[in-house]
Order: sequence, then structure tokens, then C-alpha cells
Amino acid sequence: MADSQKEFVSEAEDLLRETEDRLLDLRESLASGGNPDVLNAVFRSMHTLKGLSGLFSLKGISGLSHAMETLLDELRLGKRELTDETIAFILRNLDRLKTLVSEVSGWGAESSSVDDALEEIKRFREGGAASGADAGKIPGVPDEISRVLSEYEEHRLRTNLKEGRALVVAGKDFELDTFEQDLKAITEGIGSIGELIATMPKASETKPGCLGFDLVIGLKVSREEAGDALEGMTVRELVAAKGSVRELVEAKKAVSSPVQPAQARKTSDAEGGQDAGKLKSGSSTVRVDIGKLDAILNTVGELVLAKGAIGRIGADIADTFGFHAYMVDFQRVVKILEKRLSELQNQILEIRMVPVGQIFSRLNRVVRRYTQDRGKEINLELYGEETEIDKLLAEEVIDPLMHLIRNAIDHGIEPQDKRIAAGKPERGLVVLRAFPRGNHVVFQITDDGGGIRADKVYAKAVEKGLITAGQELNKDDIVKLIFMPGFSTADKVSETSGRGVGMDVVKEKVASLGGFVDIETEEGKGSTFYVTIPITLAIIKAILVSVAGELMAIPLASTSETMQIETKKIQHVEGKEVLELRGEMLPLVRLADTFQIPGREAAPTSCFVVVVGFGGRRIGMLVDDLVGQQEVVIKSLGAHLEGIRGIAGAAEVGKHKVVLVLDVEALMEEAMSRFQRLKAGV
Amino acid sequence: MGSILIVEDSATTRAMIRAALEDLEDYDIVEAGSGFEALRVLPSRKFDLVFTDINMPDINGLELINFVKSNPTYREIPLIIVTTERSEEDRKRGIALGAFDYVTKPFDAETLLALARKALG
Repeated sequence: MADSQKEFVSEAEDLLRETEDRLLDLRESLASGGNPDVLNAVFRSMHTLKGLSGLFSLKGISGLSHAMETLLDELRLGKRELTDETIAFILRNLDRLKTLVSEVSGWGAESSSVDDALEEIKRFREGGAASGADAGKIPGVPDEISRVLSEYEEHRLRTNLKEGRALVVAGKDFELDTFEQDLKAITEGIGSIGELIATMPKASETKPGCLGFDLVIGLKVSREEAGDALEGMTVRELVAAKGSVRELVEAKKAVSSPVQPAQARKTSDAEGGQDAGKLKSGSSTVRVDIGKLDAILNTVGELVLAKGAIGRIGADIADTFGFHAYMVDFQRVVKILEKRLSELQNQILEIRMVPVGQIFSRLNRVVRRYTQDRGKEINLELYGEETEIDKLLAEEVIDPLMHLIRNAIDHGIEPQDKRIAAGKPERGLVVLRAFPRGNHVVFQITDDGGGIRADKVYAKAVEKGLITAGQELNKDDIVKLIFMPGFSTADKVSETSGRGVGMDVVKEKVASLGGFVDIETEEGKGSTFYVTIPITLAIIKAILVSVAGELMAIPLASTSETMQIETKKIQHVEGKEVLELRGEMLPLVRLADTFQIPGREAAPTSCFVVVVGFGGRRIGMLVDDLVGQQEVVIKSLGAHLEGIRGIAGAAEVGKHKVVLVLDVEALMEEAMSRFQRLKAGV
Repeated sequence: MGSILIVEDSATTRAMIRAALEDLEDYDIVEAGSGFEALRVLPSRKFDLVFTDINMPDINGLELINFVKSNPTYREIPLIIVTTERSEEDRKRGIALGAFDYVTKPFDAETLLALARKALG
């Protein structure tokens, strides 16, 4: 894909995301008539998208956004009434646009047809009667104002007059250096007392070095009440408010205040209606392709290796030629280099970090739409949105999280009658919480539904042939069977969570990110899923171990402890090696066997154990030696070696030596399931 | 060396306009992402031409045209409206306010360049 096309995709995705947010806000403010600024912003986004896609000759996107723009233009100009149904219709088409944009992103071209969609929009527009356009002179408004208004501004002015609001012009001189901020502050203040309809150059003289503005405002409060927001401005009234201002104010309050408190709006997308049309400029951020950050990180990784080489060469020189005073200087410089490189690394990693709030708001949107569409009464509460995670991981973890949340809504939360019978609130509750734990982020998804019935799971697993009838398993192990491939307890396939994708896929996806899924459930009370993933993937601290003469790297983040043991301490339980560790049986894995590395014949008297995993999910990896600890940059093994179980990638550890980085989660998986089979006697 | 200002809230569209103007070697091209930004940039140098979108956040293109045309310092700068077919009514209003001409999106580079040359005289 050409760079410019990438830019297109990125801008189009942003536009669509913003538009969706705004439409949902609009839906919530519909009871009070819908915020015109938000509606106008939605129109503008479609307008921009149409213009953009046209420049790239993307016929589908431009055709569809053109049709949407036409519909939105009618809405913003008051030619058509804004209803819930209309918003739902626009949202549907927004999804179509998203699909098209993702096609461009994936294949560089559009592939689906928009003919049906265009036909549908045409029918939709014919169905709802469009009312007549504004026409004629605007009473009471002088020509020098009305002639500079855009069509939309003129419509807003007419609407304000129709509603009986007073029309005022507030003028002020602004310092050239700070006018943007000052004007923005004033604009925001105006949101609370009425509507800013147009901004024009000040009619009266402006102080030298200043920019003078006249703001045309429709007041929904009396002049006195507007005092604070218009402080320091010369205000003249164009049109007086109709009827008693007091009445008007009271009436407005009655309409606008009891807007239903939005459900599930504890996230950052709670962008208020008033500032939804907020000015975009003035931001000091840049958008960077994550690929570029990857490249920088890679370069830093190479630098880290080079630094290691310099250190070694220094040591070699000292060994060969003996100590020299220069060596002190040399070592000091190497130390500085090391420190600065690690700072650089951290800074880049930090740039990649995004607050999970970003994905929360997206999840929240989907859930809101989903529950609204299905008429399900669910509150989704979100906590810990400030928790940070690598951008790439954030994107990747969305799907599994979405699946778990939909699962909770579909299968966790009981039908209303059952909830009432169980003495629970009518509305179901799903809580998504994120919090950091060491080098990991934990996402916790809790529902207050019926929990998972172990007996049902057991029966299903027997039916599916995953276990044999009568097999003895404790409750936790039974519940975990839902993660096995081929298991699905959904009695009927629902549109979203039951698209043939089971929990095994969730688990696999999370594992591919270097994480794992855990579950706690209590019958009648609900379930909690824990998705734990590393904060970042790119650079990790690893323990280098030697196994039958081969060096391997084990991610430190997955490691809980290391120890040296005498080989005679290893016990055999039904043919499987275990180690008694503080009263608990730790399953052991011989890495040399796992990877079939021809090892030494003679059994050593002692070896090392690297304990990986957390809590109840732990295994010990038997290695010959612990070589050291090092930061490594994980690189992919390339297409033909990808997918080898147990290997996460490769890393260079100096002197052009490449080691394999172990995929701890996959190895643990295998060991645990073997352990399970053993316990079950399969 | 002359200067041309592009006022447009879409970064991609700005880049496309800039690319279309590449052949104008003697002109420096300055971009503004909003009407406010344009007002901030205007006093910084003498501009020979302004391209402006109509639908933008903060002040829109018509308001910008009105500003330029009612300010004695900038009055003479020709403005070209870059907008879509849809905004016909607003385009007419822009021309009435004193804009030099308009070009509709999607534009082809030659049309835009020819128009720029015409406006620059």
C-alpha cells in the first residue's frame, strides 16, 4: 500500500471512530432535541471522508459517504427529523464504511459492493418526509450578517429565532498570540448559555496588533444570566427573546436537565455534548505508524548488541595487553552508553504505551450498541482505564476481551425473570477492570450472572468426548474444560458471541500475546475471567539457560524463581517427574526432551530448575545451567518456522549468537494438560 | 519567493493539494489545519494565494473568506475554495463574499494547478 493510502486509512479510521462516538452521544441527547453542534460534526466527518475517498478514487467509500452526507445534510439543516431510527440507520452504514476501509487497509482496494446500501439509503430518504427548506429574509437580522452565513449557520440562526431565543452579537479584541486559546475558552463558556452561531470580523474598529471578532449568539438564558460567559465583551442585541425570558429559561431547563444519566459511561468517551464539537487544532501530538516505532526499537536493539560487543572487546583488550589507565575511562563510557541506551529503550517503549481507556471506549461502544439492539438490560462498568499497555497488544487484546464480554452478556447474565426470582437487580452488571501486575496487565471481566455450572460442563465434555464419563476431576478443572477446543456450552448460536468461535480461540489468542486466561466462577453468583498479558512484547528481560549445550532464553516476566536441586530430589509420580516445592507438587519439564536435543548420557547429580507461571499454574523447567540475565529483542522466526509450539521467537545475545526464546505459556499448557491426562488416567 | 496557504482540516487532503502545487517552484507552501490556525498564520508573512475548505471546525471557510476580505491588509489575497459538489450553496456564497474561484473535490492536480496559476496572475 502506498504511503498516501496508509494516511488515508488512518485518517478514515479516525473519522469513522469519532463519528460513531458522536452518533452515540447524539442518541443519548435525543430526548433534549440532540445537540446541533454534534450533528454538524458528524456531517462534517462524512463530508471529509467523501472528499478524501474521492481523491483516492475509492468509488464505494466515496459513494456511500456521499449518500450519508446527503442524509446528514438534510438532518442538520432541519429538513428531516432526527430520530433514534435514523441514528441506528446511520450507524449501520458506518459499519459498512468501516468494512470498506478495512478492505482498503488489507488489500489496497475495496471489494464489497455498495449498490444495495445506496439503494437502501435512497429508500430510507424517500420514506421519511423531508420538510421544506429555509427561505426568505431572516427577520431582524441585518444584511451584513446574513450574507456571510453559511447555509448551516443560517439554518441555526433561524432555528434559534423560531425557538424564541434572543440573538446577540458580542464583540471583543483578542491578542494575536493568544486569540485561539482565548476564543476557545469563550466558545466553551457560550455552550452553557446558548449557541454560538457564527464568528465574524468585528464591525467596529480593532486595536492595533489584535484580531477583533463578533460572535453571533442565540441566548437560551437572560442577558443577566449570561453575564459571566460574556464578560469583557461588548454585547448588542439584534433580536429580543420572544415571550418571557424567564418562562423560556424554565422551559429549557425542564427539557434539558433530566436527560437520563447515561448507562455505562464511566470511560473517557464520556465526551459531553457541549464540547463534542470541540476544536481539533492546537494539539501538540503527532501520529506515527507503529511500524516506524518498531523499526526504531529494532535499531536500538542492534545498538544494545553493539554496546555488548564494545564491552567484550574492552575486556579482551585488558586481558591481552594488561590493565591500562585508559580502561577506567573506557569502562566509564561503556557504562554511560549502557545507561543512555536503556533510557532510550524505555522512552520508546513509553511512546508505544497507550492507556487501556482507548480500547475500553471502543468496547463500551460495541456493548452499548449490542445491548441496545438486543434490548438487553446491562450495565457495563469500566475501571482502570489509565492502566498503560503497548499499543500493539492493546489492539490485539480487544477481540478476546470483546468475546468474553459478549459471552458474559449472552450466557452469563440470566434472563430478567430468572434474575428477579433470584433476588438480583433487573439490570445485569458486567464489570471490566484493568490493573497492572508487575510486567503484566490483568483484565478482569466479572458478571453477576448465574455462574458456570460444573455439572453441565462435565456432561458436555463427556458428550463431546473430551473426557470419559466417570472421570474424577475437581470443580476448577471441570470449569477449565470450557477452554478446550471443540467445547461450547451455548445451547443456541447467538449472533455475536456464538459465531462458532469458542473459548479455546480466546485462550489461544491470549497465549499468542504471551498471556493466559484464568477463571473463577460461583454458581448463582457469577463468573470472573482474568486475562493476563505482558505490558510489552518488543524487548524483554530474559534468563539465559543452557540445555544440553544449547543456549535458550526464558522470559523473566514469566519466571517466579530459580533454584539448584540435587537430581535425586526429583520424584516420579506415575511416570511423571515432579518436585516437592514447599509442600506442593511442581510438575517438571525437561527442556532437552521437549525439544529433543541430544544430551549428555551421564546423569548429573545436580541441575537447575526455573519455575515459571503464577499461583496454581506453575511448572519447573529443568536446565543444566543458568548462564545469566539479559535484555533481548525478540524477533520472529520467519514464516516457515512460525508456529512451532514452545518457541516464541529468536534473539541475538552477542557475538552473533542467536538463541531461541521459549514460549512459556505454550510449554506450560502442554505440561499441564499432560499432567491432567495423567491425573485423569486417559 | 512567494507563499501559498492551504487551509483544510484533513491532513491527507492538504498533502494532496500540496502535491498538486509542486510544480510551482517559486512558492513556499504553508498549511493550516483550521480557520483559526489560518488566522494565526496569515500575519506571519505575505501570502499570494489561499486555498480553503468550507466545512471545518472552529471558523468555517466562508468565515475565513469574510475575514480576509474585510481586512485591509489581506483583502487583495485571492482565495480559492476547495470543496465538494454538495456545498454548492455555500460555494456561491463564498464567491459572493469575494473568493477568486472554486475547485471541487475530488480535484485533479492539473485543474488545481491551472487555477492557482490563474489566481497568481
